[in-house]
Amino acid sequence: MRVVGVLMKKVYGSAADALDGLLFDGMLIASGGFGLCGIPELLIAAIRDAGTKNLTVASNNAGVDGFGLGVLLETRQVKKMISSYVGENAEFMRQYLSGELELEFNPQGTLAERMRAGGAGIPGFYTKTGVGTVIADGKDVKTFDGQDYILERGLVADLSIVKAWKADPSGNLVFRKTARNFNPPAATCGKVCVVEVEEIVPLGALDPDTIHLPGIYVHRIIQGDHEKRIEQRTVRKRETA
Amino acid sequence: MMWDRNQMAARAAQELQDGWYVNLGIGIPTLVSNYIPAGIEVTLQSENGMLGMGPFPYEGDEDPDLINAGKQTITELPQTAFFDSAQSFAMIRGGKIAMAILGAMEVAENGDLANWMIPGKLVKGMGGAMDLVAGVGRVVVVMDHTSKHGESKVLRACTLPLTGKAVVDRIITNLGVLDVVPGGLRIVECADGVSEADLRAATEATIVG
Repeated sequence: MRVVGVLMKKVYGSAADALDGLLFDGMLIASGGFGLCGIPELLIAAIRDAGTKNLTVASNNAGVDGFGLGVLLETRQVKKMISSYVGENAEFMRQYLSGELELEFNPQGTLAERMRAGGAGIPGFYTKTGVGTVIADGKDVKTFDGQDYILERGLVADLSIVKAWKADPSGNLVFRKTARNFNPPAATCGKVCVVEVEEIVPLGALDPDTIHLPGIYVHRIIQGDHEKRIEQRTVRKRETA
Repeated sequence: MMWDRNQMAARAAQELQDGWYVNLGIGIPTLVSNYIPAGIEVTLQSENGMLGMGPFPYEGDEDPDLINAGKQTITELPQTAFFDSAQSFAMIRGGKIAMAILGAMEVAENGDLANWMIPGKLVKGMGGAMDLVAGVGRVVVVMDHTSKHGESKVLRACTLPLTGKAVVDRIITNLGVLDVVPGGLRIVECADGVSEADLRAATEATIVG
């Protein structure tokens, strides 16, 4: 019985409650999501409402104008982004080109591996991604078996914000389709990880063999309704007989 | 005459070999999936975390949780597998993907590729392109041979920030196909109605052989 009581402490009533005491100006936040797919939209809105400033956000993208992390750009709460792709966000590009926003470009796989490594206690790793490009500037280069690799750092964030499909009260997570993306590595690299899900199911309802991320990485959970906006709606015509 | 976007994609599809795992970039490379030759089975990887990418959904079947790396709604296939971004780039960096077909802003005769930014003007980001060109078995670039102003984009040396150094194996443009070989580029074939002289005239890079 005591075990169940401990587990239940991870579940919070709202995004604001779940972030209470975790936010501070100048902090580093790692966010899951790819484009607008699998983004922690409820936690982003709560960070906007909290007004936390001078954020550094590590996230593959920065959402679009008015949705996803784009919301925090519009309110000027973000000082710096660590991202691989910003092409769909006009406000991002405007703030960057005018010098208002710092941007550290990370190749997508390097960003994912920096999060994974950070969460796995690995402070640095060598990769051939970016060798001979501006990404290698100022980084240690080492030759292994005749090929050059550059040193990249594991990334540890003050807070991870993550979107999953289902959670149980112990924090075990299941993701859905390509909404998994950066969420597991982002979850592991935070000193604290807050997760929003579409459904919290009872303990025992998730098959232990199908859990994508074990609850050890998850500290706080909320359930809520998600807009799940589609960025590029592409369809084909039904063939008519 | 020269190849249009679809003809370039169809030519690029001839590069596919049976059983390969392949990553297709955004733009013309995405169209390659429409021209996979009969009898060739390839598994398409989408670097946001999917192997076995299917076609666009029928209207009304779009799923916001199921997109490709271009953020387009897609579908799954019976062999589809989903995974996270770290796993996705482990298979890319680890050399498990046989070939990537990518777009380009500039390509150089030594195989240098530039396709992620124009300083001071256009900032898109490299996305997964730097990882792909560093990790996959073979890199094929599909691009227009010249800019809107008629300047060659097939160069002696790239002027834009690089995506990868000496990474391109084959270049497919609206004017033809060229391979990166020691000393420069070798003409493999010319597009329909394009002469070798036309191709040479539109190419700044050194052509050998």
